[in-house]
Order: sequence, then C-alpha cells, then structure tokens
Amino acid sequence: MSAVLEVTDIRKSFGGIHAVNGVSFDVREGEILGLIGPNGCGKSTLFNCILGQLTPTGGEVKLDGKLVTGLRPAELNKLGVSRTFQLLQVFPKLSVRENLILAGQEHQGNMASRLVGRSDAGLTETANQMIGFFKLDHLADEPAGGLSYGQQKLLDAAMAFMGGPRLVLLDEPAGGVNPSMLADLKERLVAINREKNATFVVIEHNMEFVMSLCSRVMVMAEGKVLAMGRPDEVRKNPAVIEAYLGH
Amino acid sequence: MSGFARPLKIALGLAVIAALIIVPMNFNRYGLFILSQWAVMSIAAMGLNLTLGYAGQVSLAQGAFVGIGAYAAAIMTTHGWPLPAAILVAIVLSFAIGWVLGYPALRVQHHYLAFVTLAFSTLAFLVFRNESWLTGGIYGISNIPRPHIFGLATNKPLPFYYVCLGSLAIVSLAVWWLIRSPWGRAFMALRENPLRAQSLGIDTRRYTLMAFAIGSALGGVAGALYAPLTQYIDPVPFNLSLSLDLLLMVIVGGAGFYFGPFLGAMIAVLLPEWLRFTEGYYLMLYAVAVMLLLIWSPTGILGILDRYLAERRTKAASALRAVAKSRLETVQ
Repeated sequence: MSAVLEVTDIRKSFGGIHAVNGVSFDVREGEILGLIGPNGCGKSTLFNCILGQLTPTGGEVKLDGKLVTGLRPAELNKLGVSRTFQLLQVFPKLSVRENLILAGQEHQGNMASRLVGRSDAGLTETANQMIGFFKLDHLADEPAGGLSYGQQKLLDAAMAFMGGPRLVLLDEPAGGVNPSMLADLKERLVAINREKNATFVVIEHNMEFVMSLCSRVMVMAEGKVLAMGRPDEVRKNPAVIEAYLGH
Repeated sequence: MSGFARPLKIALGLAVIAALIIVPMNFNRYGLFILSQWAVMSIAAMGLNLTLGYAGQVSLAQGAFVGIGAYAAAIMTTHGWPLPAAILVAIVLSFAIGWVLGYPALRVQHHYLAFVTLAFSTLAFLVFRNESWLTGGIYGISNIPRPHIFGLATNKPLPFYYVCLGSLAIVSLAVWWLIRSPWGRAFMALRENPLRAQSLGIDTRRYTLMAFAIGSALGGVAGALYAPLTQYIDPVPFNLSLSLDLLLMVIVGGAGFYFGPFLGAMIAVLLPEWLRFTEGYYLMLYAVAVMLLLIWSPTGILGILDRYLAERRTKAASALRAVAKSRLETVQ
C-alpha cells in the first residue's frame, strides 16, 4: 500500500523548547492511525505542523509523494487534507446544513463562480447526505450553537468530510462525548473510512476508543516517537507502559 | 430577521419602497435633501457593514473612500464626463485603494487595524486639502453638475432624490446577493473563526482583501453621489468624523444585520433634524442615547429585534416539545 502522508524528521522549537524533535512516520492509504501520548508530548504541535498552522523548524511533509511543507492551511485543505478540532469549532449561528455547505463550498468552482453561482454552491444535496450519514436529520435546520456537545462533535466531524478529503486529522474526537454517542461516532468513522476510502490520523486519550478504532498506533513522548505498531503490540511495549499507559 | 411570515415580509418591504417613492413627492427642497443624504449614507454604511459587520474587519477609513468617490465624481463631471462614467471610476479607484488598505489587516486586527485605517483616513484628508492642483484645496470644487439620466435632467431635488434612491436599490440588491452567496458565508466565517475557516479551505487572505475592497468601493459609490447632491465639495466633510459617523451608523443599526445600515443611517441623518428643537443639546442627547443603546444591546437596534425573535422561537419550540411530551405520556 502506498503512503498518503510521509513525515520525515519534522522538528518544531519554541525558543529553547523542542516541542517536536525529529518525528518521522508515514500513513498508508485507507488506514486509521492512532496518535497517543501524555499531555505536552507534542501531538497537537505535530498536527499543526502537518496542517500548515505552524511552520516546522525543520523536516519534510509529503502528501501523495508531493512536498507540501510550509503550505498554508487553506491550500492544504484544497489538496485534500482536512481536520477536526479538539475544542468545538462549529459556526454557532449557522444551521447544521449551512455549516456543512460552508465546509464544502471552497472545493466547488472558483472565486467567480462562488460569487455569481448558486448560493448553496450546489451542495445542499451533499450536505443532506452527510446529515443523514451522521444521523443529524432532525437537527438540519437548527443553529449549530443550539446542539448538544456530542452533536456538535458529530457536526465537526461531518464538516471535515464535505470536501471529499484524502486525509483527515482528528484531534480528540471522543473528548467529552458520552458513551452511547461515542459508539455512534466510532461506527460512523469506520463506515466513512471504508466507503470513502479516506485515511485518518486520530489523536485521542480514550484508550479503548483508539485501540478498537485504529489499525496502527503511534506513541509520542517528549517530542519523539516512542513506539509504533498494532494496538496489541503497543499496549504490551514496556516503554509505552512506563511513559504513558501506567501499570 | 427570520421569524416573520414570508408574505408579511414581502408586503412590508413593498410598502416601504412605495412610501419611499410616493411620500417625498410632497416634500420641500430641504426634506428631499435630507432623504437623499440618507440614501447616500446608507450606501456608504452598507459598504462598511460588509467590511466590519460581516467580515469583522474594523475600518475607520470609510469616510475617506466617500471622499475619494466624491472627488473623482466632482473632478470628472466638472470636466464634462457623465456621472455614470464617474461612478465607475470611483468604484474602480476605491476598490483598488481598499484592496491595498486590506493588506495591513492580514497582519493586524481589531484596534491595531483601526489605527492603521485611521492613519489612512488622515492621509486621504491631507491629500484632499493640500493637492490643490487636483482637488481645489480648501476652496474645494463648486458647480458640480447633476446628471441627465435617459435624457431627463435631474437638476431639481425630486429627480435627483430618485437617482439616489435608485442607486440605493441597485446597491441593496447587489449586497443582498453577495451576503447570501458563498462569499457572504466565507466573510462570516472569517469574522467568527478564521482558524476554522482556513481549515475548511477558505482563503482568508483573499476574502479579507475582498471584504475591504468591496466595502470601500461602496464608499466610493456613495461619494460619487454625494458630490452632485451637494454640488459643492471641500475636504471638511470627509475628515475622520465622517468615518466615525459611518461606524456609528453600522453599530447603532446593528453590525452584521442586512437592514442595520438603513436604520443606522436614518438615525444619524434624521435624528439631528428631529432633535433640532433641543437646540445646542442635540449632540449630548445623541451621545447619551447611543451609550444607553449599546449598554442595553451591544449588537445595535436590530440586535434587540433579533434577540426578541430568537426568544419567541425558543418559547414556541419548547411549547411544542411540551405538547409532544404530554401526548407521549398520555399514550403510555
């Protein structure tokens, strides 16, 4: 299987602090890679470097073999890299459907056609499908700000898929979501991973969620990769138990 | 403004438009001047509402763009060019300058951006005053002609009021189209959460520049109508206080609401007339009213209406839920 994302020796320093200190890994087409590690180990900084929100101090990021280091977030998104956020980042005043249309509109046509063309950029149908897929039907016309926390998480995830991404980086999708909603979310993510052949990288602290969702898990500590492998291998790794999982 | 039934909204809109056309027929010269001024300031405020209200970029330079448009129109029409050509030049000129003024907004935000635009406002005023070869300096430009539209002279106040009103109608339609297009949604995303917007592929740089350029272009349109309205311009009306007035119009009316600028411009232009009987106290009363309003509703007058409608909707929704629940319980 070919690699969708190749990260080579990526580094990010803030003053004297090396938040990410030479991380290399690749993500294979169609896989769900888990990314775990204690707070402050550099997971989010790594995400932000890959997504162009931070410029790495050194190293390379390749998407489908093409060098994309230093591209801006919007450019990367156009190339098919999408993300969800740890804290809620939906647009509270827009309805659920409008949030989804907004999430997809920049992938339709060009600046001119988005000005003179249809106000929904031809996305109402796609948005409705996504609403159905994430089981938000009864909330489609509600302002997103009125949804429960878990429902907003679902919407946030759904927004990441509107542009038909190659690669989705999910930052703590399970955080603060209640158990029954969590089962739903996992089931939807697995389904969309299979159906759309999208590749995921998931940061998550909920071990059960990560271990059951991901095909491989990468463990970070102090800005470096501590271990990488199948969930059962990682779980048994003494260094990982020492640094993160605990006894 | 949702919450009213659609036919009711359309009827209300048509009634207002009819009133704006018919009622002023009996107005005297002064009344027509005030109303024309309202139309012109509404256009300028609508531009600022795009930049500030929808896209969230603070600008204290809208008055300068009105000035740029006014001088462009005054210079061109006194040299024999027709007004529509002058309006076109005013649009292109203020669009281009607005685009350039947008660049600082890519680096600084909020009050820092306000200071950058304030500096530009001062710069524009100095150009109007000091470049006498072009602008006539402190003596200004007089005898600005009013246009012939489809062969009809608009020298008299009523026909020229219709020119202003017609322009307002065209601009209103264009802005309405813009804010409900994907661009409008992108502007709003830029205001609410630029980081999230970027991650959705929204080119925040380009949209920021566009928000400035389009908002400024509407300032230019307003200026190009202001010059033939007053038929005489000098630098004074385009100093910083016009920018502040326009800012006040947008905020008092309700920033980010489509009808905010119409309402804000009405208050700013008409209130001085209504409060004329208070003589010297007008500005003080105005200031107190604005302060009270913004304490009560920081989102302006339309913010009050919006809150009221939202409350009513929530009440209606929870009433429906209560009914549904009691039905369920009865079934059980």
